[in-house]
Amino acid sequence: MGNITLKQITKSFGDVQVIPPLDLEINEGEFVVFVGPSGCGKSTLMRLIAGLEDVTSGSIEIDGRNATETSPAKRGLAMVFQSYALYPHMSVRKNIAFPLRMAGMSKEEQNAKVEAAASVLNLTDYLERRPGQLSGGQRQRVAIGRAIVREPAAFLFDEPLSNLDAALRVGMRMEISELHKKLATTMIYVTHDQVEAMTMADKIVVLQAGNIEQVGGPLELYHRPRNTFVAGFIGSPKMNLFSGEEATKLGGDTVGIRPEHLNVSTESGMWKGRVGVSEHLGSDTFLHVHDTGLTDLITVRVSGEMAVHHGDTIYLSPDMDKLHRFGADGLRLA
Amino acid sequence: MSTQHSRTAARFMIAPATVLLLGWMLIPLCMTLYYSFRRYRLLTPDRTGWVGFRNYENFLTNPAFMDALTNTLALVLGVLIITVVLGVLLAILLDQPMFGQGIVRILVIAPFFVMPTVSALVWKNMFMNPVNGLFAYAAKAVGLQPYDFLSQAPLLSIIGIVSWQWLPFATLILLTAIQSLDSEQMEAAEMDGASPLSRFWFITLPHLSRAITVVILIQTIFLLSIFAEILVTTNGGPGTASTNLTYLVYAESLLNYDVGEGSAGGVIAIILANIVAIFLMRMIGKNLDA
Repeated sequence: MGNITLKQITKSFGDVQVIPPLDLEINEGEFVVFVGPSGCGKSTLMRLIAGLEDVTSGSIEIDGRNATETSPAKRGLAMVFQSYALYPHMSVRKNIAFPLRMAGMSKEEQNAKVEAAASVLNLTDYLERRPGQLSGGQRQRVAIGRAIVREPAAFLFDEPLSNLDAALRVGMRMEISELHKKLATTMIYVTHDQVEAMTMADKIVVLQAGNIEQVGGPLELYHRPRNTFVAGFIGSPKMNLFSGEEATKLGGDTVGIRPEHLNVSTESGMWKGRVGVSEHLGSDTFLHVHDTGLTDLITVRVSGEMAVHHGDTIYLSPDMDKLHRFGADGLRLA
Repeated sequence: MSTQHSRTAARFMIAPATVLLLGWMLIPLCMTLYYSFRRYRLLTPDRTGWVGFRNYENFLTNPAFMDALTNTLALVLGVLIITVVLGVLLAILLDQPMFGQGIVRILVIAPFFVMPTVSALVWKNMFMNPVNGLFAYAAKAVGLQPYDFLSQAPLLSIIGIVSWQWLPFATLILLTAIQSLDSEQMEAAEMDGASPLSRFWFITLPHLSRAITVVILIQTIFLLSIFAEILVTTNGGPGTASTNLTYLVYAESLLNYDVGEGSAGGVIAIILANIVAIFLMRMIGKNLDA
C-alpha cells in the first residue's frame, strides 16, 4: 500500500502550462518532500495527486491502479491543509470523526478510532473543544488526526508548518517525523523551506517552474547537486557560486563551494578578501567577504571564537575535494 | 484616544440627531397611547372623554382580530421560509462561475429596487389578473380555466408577491456569506469523502447559519408591518382573508372612523412585535455571538 507513480503528467491553466511533462515514482513508506521556491508548482503537483485538480494529460497510479479519473475521496489519500481547514462549528471529536462518519461507520467504532488518534496526538483533553479555542499547534494536530483516522494509503501535507511560530515549527517537525516512523505510511510533504526538507525527507524532489531539477536523498543533494539551481537552493547559508577566470582555472564554467568548506586565515591563502558583515550565531559565525575577485559576496563559516572585524583583510582557501564544478549549461561536471 | 474633552464633544455633536430621532419616535408613540384611552370617532368627533381600556377590549374582541393575528403569522412565516430556502439555493447558484455573472447578479437584485406598491400592482394587473394576466393567458393557452389568485387564494398570493420582493435581499446576504467560506474547508470535506449533499449539509449550511439569522431578524421586522401590498391588491379581503394586524389597524381607524380603537390596535401590535422579537432573539440570537 502506498506506491504512487506519476507518468508524463502535465497541468495547464488556460494557455499557461504550469507543469511540463513530469515523471515521478514514490515508493511505499517513503517520506517525500517537494521543495522549491514560491510558484514552482509544488502545491499544484500535490493537488494533482490528491485529485483536487484534474491533470491535463498523463496518468497517476496509486498502488498500481490508474487513479487519474478517480474522485479525491476514493483515492485513499488524506491531506493536511496549510490553513488546517478544520470545520469551525464542530468539536475536535466531530472534526476527527468526520471522514469516518461520511464513510458510514458506527458510532462506537468512530469513538474508538477518534480516542486512539487523540491519544497518539496528545489531544485527549481537548476533544470537546471547538477549533477556535485551540492554539496553532493543537489545530495542526487535529488536522493530522483527521487524516490519521482514515488510515490512508498516503498522507499529503501542504506546507503544514508555515502558520506556526519558529519554536513550535521545530517541535512539530519532529512530531511529524516521529509519526512517519510509527505509521510507516507514505507521506508527501510540500514546503518552500529547505531546512524542513533536509531534516524530514527520505527523498527530496527539487522543483523549479514545474520541472523536477533533482530527486534524491538529503545528503545526496547536499554533496552532489545535479545543477546550479539545486546547488544554490539546498544548504544554508547558500553555496557560493562563481564563474569567470578563477572558475576556469578550477575546471568548470561555474564553480561552487559551500561556506563550511572554505578555510580562513589571516596570513595567507588562495583568495584575498575584505570582511563585511559578521553574523554571530554563538557556535558559528558567518562572515560576508567582499572584494575577492570571485563574486560580490562570498559567505564563509568560521568557528564562533574567531576574532575578525569589519574591514579586516583575510585569506580564503577551499577544500579542493569539496568543490562543485558545473558546465556552461549549468549541469554538474563529473 | 477618547479623552474627557473628546467625549464631551462627541456627545454634543450627536445630540441634535438624538433629539430629532426621539421626537420623531416619541411624539407619535405618546399620541397613539393617548388616543388609545380616549373616545375618538371621526363620525362623532364632539363626543370625547376617557374610556379606560374599552378601546383595547373592542379591538381584542373584534372577530377580525384573531384572523388578522393568524394572517400576520402566516405571512411572516411563509415569506421567511420561501426567501431563506430559495435564497440559499439561489446564492449557491450565483456563486458558481458562469458567463455574465455580473449582469445576472444585478438582475437578481432588481426586484428589491421596485417599490412595494408598484410591484404589487404589477403582479395584480399583469400577472394575476384572471382576464388579462399572464398566468390566465398561460392557463388558457394549455386549455385550463384561469385561476383568480387574489380572490381564491388571497393570502398565498400576497405571500408570493412579498417573497418576490424580499428574495433578493436574502440572496444577497447569503451570497456574501457563501463567498467568505474557506475553499480549503470544502476541499478537505471532499477528501474526507463527503458527497456534494453532505458538504452542503455539514459545511455550507452551518457556515451560513449566522447570515440566515440576520436575514430572519431583519425580514421579520419588516414583514410584521406589510401594508402597501395588501392595500393595493386585496384590500384585506375577501372578508378578512388577507387582513393582517397592520391592515386591521388601518381599517379600524380610517375605514370605520374609530381612531381610538385603531390606536389601541397599534399599541397591541407594538406589544406583539416585541414578544416576537424577544422570542426570536432567544431562539436564534445566540448565533450572532462569537
